[in-house]
Amino acid sequence: MQNQTKISALPGGHLRWPLLALGAVLLFNAVCTHGFFHIEVRDGRLFGSLLDILNRGAPVMLLSLGMTLVIATGGVDLSVGAVMAISGAVAAALIAPPPYSALSALDLHGSTVLVCIIALLVALCAGVWNGLLVAVLDIQPIVATLILMVAGRGVAQLLTNGQIITFKDAEFESIGGGFFLGVPFTITIVAMTAVLTGLLTRMSALGLYIEAIGNNPVASHYSGVNTRMVKTMAYAFCGLCAGMAGMIVTSDIRAADANNAGLYLELDAILAVVIGGTALTGGRFSLLGSLAGAILIQTLTTTILTRGISSQYTLVVKAAVIIAVCLLQAPKFRAMVLRLKGARA
Amino acid sequence: MSIASLRQHVALLATTAVCIVLYAAGCFLYKGFFSAGVFINFFTDNAFLGIAAIGMTFVILSGGIDLSVGAMIGCSSIVMATLIEHAHIHPAWVTVLILALGTLMGAGMGALIHFFELPPFLVTLAGLFFFRGLGLIVSMESISITHPLFLSASEWAIPLGGDQSLPLAALVLIITLVAAMYVSIYTRFGRNVYAIGGNQQSALLLGLPVGSTKVAVYALSGLCSALAGIVYTLYTSSGNATGGNGLELDAIAAVVAGGTLLSGGVGYVAGTLIGVLIFGVIQTGITFQGTLSSWWTKITVGGLLLVFILLQRFLQTRAAKRR
Repeated sequence: MQNQTKISALPGGHLRWPLLALGAVLLFNAVCTHGFFHIEVRDGRLFGSLLDILNRGAPVMLLSLGMTLVIATGGVDLSVGAVMAISGAVAAALIAPPPYSALSALDLHGSTVLVCIIALLVALCAGVWNGLLVAVLDIQPIVATLILMVAGRGVAQLLTNGQIITFKDAEFESIGGGFFLGVPFTITIVAMTAVLTGLLTRMSALGLYIEAIGNNPVASHYSGVNTRMVKTMAYAFCGLCAGMAGMIVTSDIRAADANNAGLYLELDAILAVVIGGTALTGGRFSLLGSLAGAILIQTLTTTILTRGISSQYTLVVKAAVIIAVCLLQAPKFRAMVLRLKGARA
Repeated sequence: MSIASLRQHVALLATTAVCIVLYAAGCFLYKGFFSAGVFINFFTDNAFLGIAAIGMTFVILSGGIDLSVGAMIGCSSIVMATLIEHAHIHPAWVTVLILALGTLMGAGMGALIHFFELPPFLVTLAGLFFFRGLGLIVSMESISITHPLFLSASEWAIPLGGDQSLPLAALVLIITLVAAMYVSIYTRFGRNVYAIGGNQQSALLLGLPVGSTKVAVYALSGLCSALAGIVYTLYTSSGNATGGNGLELDAIAAVVAGGTLLSGGVGYVAGTLIGVLIFGVIQTGITFQGTLSSWWTKITVGGLLLVFILLQRFLQTRAAKRR
């Protein structure tokens, strides 16, 4: 028993399960899928199944980064899918020619950077809104973010006039389809965000504050942590990540689809975080674990698709993964397994 | 009614007041809004949402949450259509089978939640993926039902005098509501649900059957959403695996709007019906208005949700200060 606690107390112990599962899926692919690990250089760009997984998984990876911090504070953000739709709608409405939406009248097509900044600011505002509801008005996170989840898609449809806005803009399309130093630009975005988040939370006291709030908000408040500020920042960051994910999706399909952009992705993001070993009750978090979780989900999806199994089986596999991960992390289940082992020995 | 209980009912009264004000505004603004037909349609069009939300009320009262109700509706709808149309089983048997399966699945999720102390949010999320996936595996395309008995059931209605009648879907909603109100107020199970939601530790120390009640609550929610799936199938006369997409959130919103606290222990089944009716009134109002687009429903519902939650928050802090 003592041995057991020692192992999980080791640094990186929380990464064991997601990496083990990821390894198993990759091993399966190495044996069964021809050319899965093959990466080739074409026109100075890298191509291959592995890169494809990272590229496709980029939105969920971004969402899972923001979601990790929110869940670590003991909250949850259900609105990220809707925020993705909003930021995508804002970007597309600004780029598209006028007849589509009132926003097009601003005539910003051509200045892609400005469009991106505006869309990200809108997403940031959505995050701050969630943060204020949770931190200042002290509303339960599930309910507080449910409001934006319900209303957000309506707002996105309002921005796009209920249509799917398609556009042509080479610069904006390069967010989802471009390459940076030979790797897809989406991977660069994820990597940069992950490194920045890691530095911000682990090189400063911010990460410690977040974990403290998740463990015991009252005690953190009395020991001088500005709990409201830290919580609001976590939700704001989550909104920002959702904004980036929304723009990647929008740029990838060259259209803003207010109904379907980011649909159910909040659930994927929460799943990635939980697989990564961050407890839903808050406290200790692992950004790397969440990224591994997101990659695991995408690898499973890609594997199922490349095996020629129809996509609806992904959902059933996902359900099995959730239950398996939950059981592995549940103290009661572990105790039961240990007892069974003891009985046999 | 003592002052304390009156204060407890403020949230429900406020919700009812909002519902009446919205309805009155609709009657005042739009010609033809104030008619028995429109009123009955509030029930018929939202019957499956209402039935699922009633099951959800029990789960939320016990301090949990059930994200799987929408997927359960789609799954039971497509399974029902397949069994009737392709396996040629009698609709009555299929109905019994679906209800039993729904209850069993709900109980399974409840057992995972109780025995292994897994978070309800994640277990029912797995349920959402599982049922939706299962439904889509059964059939991606919707299957229309041609069985004569089923069709006559979907057209069957109680004449109410004049040229109005109460369709079966609305009737099922009303019966479910009355039964659920009775269970929540007058049975031992109902009181146990409130006690567990209020404080699980105390309930356990009082010797209440926490485990079996928790499993039963999720079983009940499974039963209700399977019933909602059957009503949905009746309503559309076809099975559709994508039916009830996102409905779990509408159901939670209706429960919260109905004055039930998401932290558990406080709330009313009747409030949930009012929450569902508010949905119906807003939707119908926007249809009557004509120029407003459908997305205003979502924005209005979100806005109202915010107002209700702020009101609850306000009442709670006032109650805490008095103490």
